[in-house]
Amino acid sequence: MRAILPWVAVLGFAMLAQVAVGPVVGHYWTKILMDVGIAVLLAVSLNIVNGFTGQFSIGHAGFMAVGGYTAGILTYYGGAALFDLPPGAVAPGIAGHLWFALSTLVGGVVAAVAGVVVGLPSLRLRGDYLAIVTLGFGEIMRVLLTRTEDVIGSAEELATAPWTTQVVSTGGSLGFTGLPFYTNLFWTWLWTGIAILVAYRLKESSTGRAMLSVREDEVASGAMGVRTTDVKVIAFAMAALFAGIAGGLFAHEIGTTLNPAELGFQKSFEIVIMVVLGGMGSVTGAALAATILTIVPELLREFSEYRMIVYAALLVVVMLVRPTGLLGHREIWHAWRRS
Amino acid sequence: MTRVLQTLMDGVAVGSTYALIALGYTMVYGILRFINFAHSDIFMLGAWFSFSLAGVFGWTLAGATPPPWAAVVVLLGAMSGTAVLGYAIERVAYRPLRSAPRINVLIAAIGVSLLIENIGQLPIAFGTQPQRMPSLLPDAVLFEVSGVSIRLVDTLVIGIALGLMAALEWLIYGTRLGLAMRAVSTDAQTAALMGVPVDRVVSATFAVGSALAAAAGFLYASKYPGINQPAHATWILLGLKAFVAAVVGGIGNVRGAMAGGLLIGMVEIFGAAYLSPHLRDVYVFALLILVLLVRPAGLLGRATVEKV
Amino acid sequence: MSALLQVQGLAVRYGAVAALHGIDFDVHEGEILTLLGSNGAGKSTTLRAISGMIRPSSGTIRFDGRDITGLPAHEIVGLGIAHAPEGRGIFGPLTVDENLRLGAFARKDPAGVASDRERVFALFPRLAERIHQVSGTLSGGEQQMLAIGRAMLARPRLLLLDEPSLGLAPQVVATIFRILREIHAGGTTILLVEQNASMALATAQRGAVLEVGRIVLQGAASDLAASDDVRRAYLGVH
Repeated sequence: MRAILPWVAVLGFAMLAQVAVGPVVGHYWTKILMDVGIAVLLAVSLNIVNGFTGQFSIGHAGFMAVGGYTAGILTYYGGAALFDLPPGAVAPGIAGHLWFALSTLVGGVVAAVAGVVVGLPSLRLRGDYLAIVTLGFGEIMRVLLTRTEDVIGSAEELATAPWTTQVVSTGGSLGFTGLPFYTNLFWTWLWTGIAILVAYRLKESSTGRAMLSVREDEVASGAMGVRTTDVKVIAFAMAALFAGIAGGLFAHEIGTTLNPAELGFQKSFEIVIMVVLGGMGSVTGAALAATILTIVPELLREFSEYRMIVYAALLVVVMLVRPTGLLGHREIWHAWRRS
Repeated sequence: MTRVLQTLMDGVAVGSTYALIALGYTMVYGILRFINFAHSDIFMLGAWFSFSLAGVFGWTLAGATPPPWAAVVVLLGAMSGTAVLGYAIERVAYRPLRSAPRINVLIAAIGVSLLIENIGQLPIAFGTQPQRMPSLLPDAVLFEVSGVSIRLVDTLVIGIALGLMAALEWLIYGTRLGLAMRAVSTDAQTAALMGVPVDRVVSATFAVGSALAAAAGFLYASKYPGINQPAHATWILLGLKAFVAAVVGGIGNVRGAMAGGLLIGMVEIFGAAYLSPHLRDVYVFALLILVLLVRPAGLLGRATVEKV
Repeated sequence: MSALLQVQGLAVRYGAVAALHGIDFDVHEGEILTLLGSNGAGKSTTLRAISGMIRPSSGTIRFDGRDITGLPAHEIVGLGIAHAPEGRGIFGPLTVDENLRLGAFARKDPAGVASDRERVFALFPRLAERIHQVSGTLSGGEQQMLAIGRAMLARPRLLLLDEPSLGLAPQVVATIFRILREIHAGGTTILLVEQNASMALATAQRGAVLEVGRIVLQGAASDLAASDDVRRAYLGVH
């Protein structure tokens, strides 16, 4: 009973967000809170690779793209076939949402497979070289996605298009437009809550301890019997799974377009910055930094010309004066207790 | 045959600009062991400084015919400007982090990069409009080989790039400063024991690397005169490909960066000409991953054993 | 005899760990002083503090009457202190010639450097033979010769040597110590850190024994070699 309690709490929290918070704060803030959730999901997942395991991945947006496009194909073309609706229509009732949940999950799994494929070179590569490979992976994903066919917009065309055509009709550089808006506060915060819980439990588990030992000293941890290769691949797969799910949420969110240009190295850098600013290895730190870095720019929208200058300058200053990030390795409640 | 020759010419021209940028990445990595992400912005500034400097002398105006020495003035001006800036960036943003974890230096570098791009976009700097670089390098058809015209501007771009690389080779292998640079990149602590002022050597490395990137910016803008606005993604992408060149050649290795730059330029331009022009970035990154899997230390890099 | 180097209350910390707890000793002009002690006693730390590789947390270091505490390493060389560091500190990818040129990096008298080079080649003919070889390919003994020769090219008044015998065959060790005596006879003061206590005490005039960051014994080399404590702890005599 006690084991499932946290999961029930996450479910309850997500439902509360949907039925109580959403209607109260209105459309504008609902959208921001969804953005925050997705950012937290991305930062917390990348933290498993960069923070826990000490590997350096700067291609997280690539996994987000894999998950987002996979889920998008499933809801857009798959949903049309399944519910006999025109492409892009939201399937009514609970069935549509369950199909969406399944689609994001499948997107996450496909991204996790990609994570294993990218994680495998880490058997041979360390440090900066691994970073470059992840960057290369992200850029290859981005360029390939710009070369896809136009989205099939009408039911008539769709009826004659074989599935092999459908999966490559994701809009090219214009982006995968017309995806149904399934993403809401419930799904966003359910997945985000799950990711936070999984990451926190992981950190306290034996696999998580193995990850931390790889970060501190890979050679020594290997000598102590930690299967460093397995640990690194697991970290990559888990991080990619949640990044893929985040991609699925992002794809079906109102006001965003799943677009290759949005998912380049700049996005990956943003996520790395969240992790480092939060404190490498701190789950709550990553979540906190992701929240701040999503909300503050939103509040400063009217100063857009100088906003990025201030942000960039702050980045340098924080690195100079607080090199361990906001929380270091600690979790937020530890920081509280100390002060 | 015609096409091969033309493609070869373009490949060498683009490759030698990559090589010039790659040198800055590789020199900084060799000494400080971190990826200076702001280096692509120095390259961008090289192009924009060149354009602005030409503007100061009135050479950007329609119908203006710049004197033959204009290119020299602009090139040296842009190189000096970025050299000072590169020095200042290291001094302010990187030196205080010398003993911090490298991820911090990397984030600081990303911060500097964003700072340069966003300040560059301000109306008081370069603005958000693309500009057209005046043709400062003289151009003419030198000769024709089986229907391909070998142009003077291409020849000059390649010639200047190779000349600068030869100068760098001399600096590193033929001067006291170069000896100090190589000593610092091998073992900075012991170099200090020899009387090498390590901080000053690092400063010089940033200045030299930045000047070379500015030269690359000038040459690139001379070959492809449409200069994108400072925050445009193409700058970073070009910088990233130059970085790939440094890694493919063996990061930390000066000759490797030169060879890697030419190789990457060739692969990109030949791929674009003969396979698909849309996937040029894919060839570059695919080559990178391939090389790293086969030779993790790069083509000319020495394999290093992780120390316990 | 005047003190060329005066170390007073020298303390060094690595983070929370204290490596030296305030030690005092002098090195006199023209002598060989050896620092003995087991691993982790603080011998290398002492040399590093003197040559400016690390900053002491307290205490003063005076060289020829001048306070050099906290000066950067590259300035201290110019004052006349050369340090052949632990592990030899050879620049592996560079040639023997380039290593030697780095040894003279701080000097501005080309003629003096040229004559010192001849002197180093006379001491170590092997280096002259291998002048254009990449130094990482030298044998351990040759690398040690290069490290000492390179330090001599700074024309130091005080030479700091950190375990020159480490990892070398007995005959090579004997050669190295013979050359050290020649260097000393040429007028260079030497501060020698050694694990090989019998060799060190046979070569030095005076010695000091370090134990976990404190000097526990100091005196003439012959007295130390005769002391029961030293014999038991460092000379392997029971």
